[in-house]
Amino acid sequence: MIYRESGQFKTSYQNDSVIFPIKQDRMFIFALLALAAFVVPMFASEYMLSGILIPFLVLSLAALGLNILTGYAGLLSLGSAAFMAVGAFATYNFLVRVPGMPLLLALVLGGLCAAAVGILFGLPSLRIKGFYLAAATLAAQFFVEWVLTKFSWFTNHSASGVISSPPLEVFGIALDTPVSKYLFTLAVVVVLALAAKNLVRSSTGRAWMAVRDMDVAAEVIGIPILKTKLLAFAISSFYFGIAGALYAFILLGTVDAQAFDLHRSFQILFMIIIGGVGSILGSFLGAAFIVLLPIVLNLLGQLLHGIVSTQFLSNLEMMIFGGLIIFFLIVEPLGLAKMWQITKEKLRLWPFPH
Amino acid sequence: MEFQFFLEVLVGGLLAGVMYSLVALGFVLIYKASGVFNFAQGALVLFAALTFVGFQNMGLPFWAALIITLGVMVLMGIGIEKIVLRRLVNQPPISLFMATIGLSFFIEGLAQMVWGTEVHGLELGITDEPFEVGGVFISSFDLFAAGISGTLVAVLALFFQKTKLGRALRAVADDHQAALSVGIPLQHIWAIVWAVAGFVALVAGLLWGSRLGVQFALTLVVLKALPVLILGGFTSVPGAIVGGLIVGAGEKLAEVYLGPYLSGGIENWFAYVLALVFLMVRPEGLFGERHIERV
Repeated sequence: MIYRESGQFKTSYQNDSVIFPIKQDRMFIFALLALAAFVVPMFASEYMLSGILIPFLVLSLAALGLNILTGYAGLLSLGSAAFMAVGAFATYNFLVRVPGMPLLLALVLGGLCAAAVGILFGLPSLRIKGFYLAAATLAAQFFVEWVLTKFSWFTNHSASGVISSPPLEVFGIALDTPVSKYLFTLAVVVVLALAAKNLVRSSTGRAWMAVRDMDVAAEVIGIPILKTKLLAFAISSFYFGIAGALYAFILLGTVDAQAFDLHRSFQILFMIIIGGVGSILGSFLGAAFIVLLPIVLNLLGQLLHGIVSTQFLSNLEMMIFGGLIIFFLIVEPLGLAKMWQITKEKLRLWPFPH
Repeated sequence: MEFQFFLEVLVGGLLAGVMYSLVALGFVLIYKASGVFNFAQGALVLFAALTFVGFQNMGLPFWAALIITLGVMVLMGIGIEKIVLRRLVNQPPISLFMATIGLSFFIEGLAQMVWGTEVHGLELGITDEPFEVGGVFISSFDLFAAGISGTLVAVLALFFQKTKLGRALRAVADDHQAALSVGIPLQHIWAIVWAVAGFVALVAGLLWGSRLGVQFALTLVVLKALPVLILGGFTSVPGAIVGGLIVGAGEKLAEVYLGPYLSGGIENWFAYVLALVFLMVRPEGLFGERHIERV
């Protein structure tokens, strides 16, 4: 951009391996986080917080999970929403059945339950690959949805199959205003995103990428395929579980198993395709896109003032989603993240063309 | 009495399975000829059915509406090939699969935008009176559907095995580059395949539409076709029929006999779990020929 990495010398291995090596990038990220944590809660409206920012954060967490599974480990999964459901219902049960359970612990335990289910449905990945694995995850999607609806134990025997969020509090602070919910979600997402970024930079992440690119070669050089694939399923399902719990309790308040249906799985898949597979930034960009698109279309509809019906707009939204998927797959298979990277590269040389 | 009930459930399931295999046929066609699993087949079924009903509602007689819809589906097939597939030649199959997911959303949105989202009834002129064969009640509609599917399967199987065009299609499915180098016109072949798949979608749409009513839920039928394909083999036309029969019968039997123990609703996932088992044991399906890489 207007700055370069020239002149910024690293004097220790630790300095050399930070996530943002260029000082200006680091400053930018810190400024962004400070903005998100301090400025936004002061000035953002309730709609902005609950309608745009919290969904964005929660869905980008789910997209992170799917990116780890599909983008980095190459295991296409169409059952993401099922693991979200497992996390949501598990967290609910821990919160409701164990008196005095702290929220964070319940979240982590819910994530671990989702991870366990993820490992179970990830076992077929050891025998089948690619598209057939996607079919197996589809089985997971339907099976989990059925189990959660059929056995009322999961919903604490509620008559309607709907679970509602118990009053949430963390470290004594009640999470009942949009601002507190937003800050809690922001904290959780930042911590988990940092963990994900470091995970994919580590040897685990490299093992995943090796398995994605050519698993036979990975096995030849000694990467344990069993552990690597199951770990990918476990960790991504952990992320799904926490995202599902946040979705159920922070975002919606009440949820039933149908909120985590196949449509949701496809939504998350679209997020990573548009945002960029195999990229942490891509999860966020894709989630932002998917969250903002219906709102933009709605605004467009209001501008056109009733010339077009809402039905038309929702159909248009579907067409735009589908069309964009195809567009990105043809033009830029690595999504918005790659486009951002190309932009940064071009800006390094701007105003020169090369 | 018990056996008679079993027979009824079995026959009902088999006939339902035939309907599944109709949809699976469209998948097999496209997979056999271009190696891509066409997730958009369900959307094509919906689009075909909606277009047909739309033209019928505009006052056209049955056969005119049928021919015009056929023309529309052929055009759509050619359009898909031109706009989407041509630019994704030689990409990994996962990219193509995801492109067809996008395509399915696009076609669904388009179909509902053009024709509206109300449920339409579809009259095919076949009464659904049950008739009795040896004490077992069979729906005449189901029998008619079975007959149509059987004929379609026979025609398609002959087409792929015996004609030069069929051989060309199989060559293209094996390897795009090799087929090109031998001189097979890839674009024409794909256009033909998608047009034929559109025709199969039309037949499936008509039959399913008159049974379920033409509505958005038709696209969910495609998800049921997946276990059918896994069981029968992705590249096998008779496999689609056999897989459909097994899934249809298995579903109904499981619902009736296992259902009470698991408090019902098994129909939703039984087919998938069956497919999962098959995937572990025999991934290429009963009749499939592709070698699945084992890990």
